[in-house]
Amino acid sequence: MTELRVSHLKVHYGDLIGVSDVSLRVEAGSIVALLGSNGSGKTTTLNAIAGLVQPSGGSIEWRGETITRQPAYAIVAKGLALSPEGWRLFVSQTVEQNLRLGAAVLADKSRMAALFERVYAMFPRLTERRHQLAGTLSGGERQMLALGRALMSEPRLLMLDEPSLGLAPGVVEALYETLDRLHKEGLTLLLAEQSIPLALDIADYAYVLQTGRTVLEGKGADLEKNEQVQEIYLGIATQPGAGDTPRPT
Amino acid sequence: MLLAQVIVGGLLLGAIYALFSSGLTLIWGMMNFINFAHGEFVMLGMYVALLVVVWLGGGPATFGFAAAFALFVLGVIVYASLIRHVMRGPMLAQILSTFGLALLLRYTAFWIFSANFVSLPQVSLSGTLNVGGILMPVPQLVAGVAAIALTLGLHLLLTRTTVGSQLLAVAEDRNAAMLMGIRPDRMQALAWGLAAGSAGIAGALMAVSYPWSPSVGETFGLTAFVVVTLGGFGSVPGAMYAGLIIGLIQALSAYWLGPIYKDIVVYALFAALLWLRPQGLMGKA
Ligand SMILES: Nc1ncnc2c1ncn2[C@@H]1O[C@H](COP(=O)(O)OP(=O)(O)O)[C@@H](O)[C@H]1O
Ligand SMILES: [Mg+2]
Repeated sequence: MTELRVSHLKVHYGDLIGVSDVSLRVEAGSIVALLGSNGSGKTTTLNAIAGLVQPSGGSIEWRGETITRQPAYAIVAKGLALSPEGWRLFVSQTVEQNLRLGAAVLADKSRMAALFERVYAMFPRLTERRHQLAGTLSGGERQMLALGRALMSEPRLLMLDEPSLGLAPGVVEALYETLDRLHKEGLTLLLAEQSIPLALDIADYAYVLQTGRTVLEGKGADLEKNEQVQEIYLGIATQPGAGDTPRPT
Repeated sequence: MLLAQVIVGGLLLGAIYALFSSGLTLIWGMMNFINFAHGEFVMLGMYVALLVVVWLGGGPATFGFAAAFALFVLGVIVYASLIRHVMRGPMLAQILSTFGLALLLRYTAFWIFSANFVSLPQVSLSGTLNVGGILMPVPQLVAGVAAIALTLGLHLLLTRTTVGSQLLAVAEDRNAAMLMGIRPDRMQALAWGLAAGSAGIAGALMAVSYPWSPSVGETFGLTAFVVVTLGGFGSVPGAMYAGLIIGLIQALSAYWLGPIYKDIVVYALFAALLWLRPQGLMGKA
């Protein structure tokens, strides 16, 4: 079943173009990667889906309902959460307060205790630091808190905008293991990343963005083998070689 | 002994400054917005207290609560009908909007209540308490203690409760707060309600001991601005310390130099402070 469908999304920042034509689909229970170099439109796309920026064209459908111009606070209440680029933690509040803020949309507040328990079990480091200000955490701990905070709303689909940005390689690997585990527990993921290998490893399906358009899509494994991806994505020409050719969109 | 009494009196008045200034600092911290009508909220709180006492009777708890409630509602209305719209406009529109509001409220009060000074009819609070030789009028004592308790209460509301945390989240990062499902407009309306409500109850507490006219709002607005600058914009604890300090400075300068000098000394020190430490005493550089 298609959870999320974005069709011909267009976003303007004043006179500037954020994205000009982005289309993508996310199936229930899958991991979808949104790849592209810096400035290709990943953040704009995710922010538009989450309701932080208003699209100037195209449509966004969530579980059959058009949510194109709904405000962000209404969208997260529908089970579609975004952990934004740069994490955007509330640095002047404690770890525990940040997690509680993540649960602001919970209709059933009696779930709160169980959710806290789940996040603290997943990230014991956060348990130790629960009364510390989020601003005092290390990069890896901030990532844990950002992920934990997003999970506190019990999303059906979680969008992560460059979760590995600025993290040490070991920390990134741990993060991807966690994402894999969450996926196996039933969470659907839409993941924007610049670093292809890890994202493609984990993704069932991927879209490649270039200057505000989805230019390529395919199964994660297929795209990984494809040199066109390297070319478009890194802007480096590679030797023509073997590999399945994902279809251009 | 007289000096000790002057000091206590200054601190008790300073406690009320702290209370209404914490409202001004909350709005600043919440949305980088200076409300030039804040002193008028205090003034209206005084008149609400008067009306309640005259019409309904009742003690300080009754008219204090009534003033807080009435001004809370007014604060929410002002936010929803005026501030929400001008926030999207240019800076000048934001400044002029609350200047205009201040004039509107002040002259409406002139129109309804006249320019004459009034005071609360004798309320249940009276008498003097003698603590180790220091004479403390009971009305000021009760008002001062209540003001500090309410200021601390506001601080605890912001730092210890879920709704306070959501309010501060909007102040810190509006978009991130929206991603949590928090509605910034509701939180800002609440902040305006709390700010005006604390001004209103501060006015009611002040009305217990001091006569006033509609023009007092101007003085209180200026005092609040001095307190907030001294305490650091956006800091409730800062406003609390600074309020007490300003009350103390006023009392001491009135005692040593004469009553007419109390405001001059405060503003002179304020100007010197702005020159030396623009971020305020407790503000971050
Ligand atoms: N707030 C903004 N104002 C103006 N232009 C923006 C803004 N945010 C992004 N852009 C532009 O939109 C395009 C897409 O940016 P973005 O979505 O941030 O890409 P990515 O996340 O893939 O790096 C870029 O050309 C960028 O300069
Ligand atoms: Mg980005």
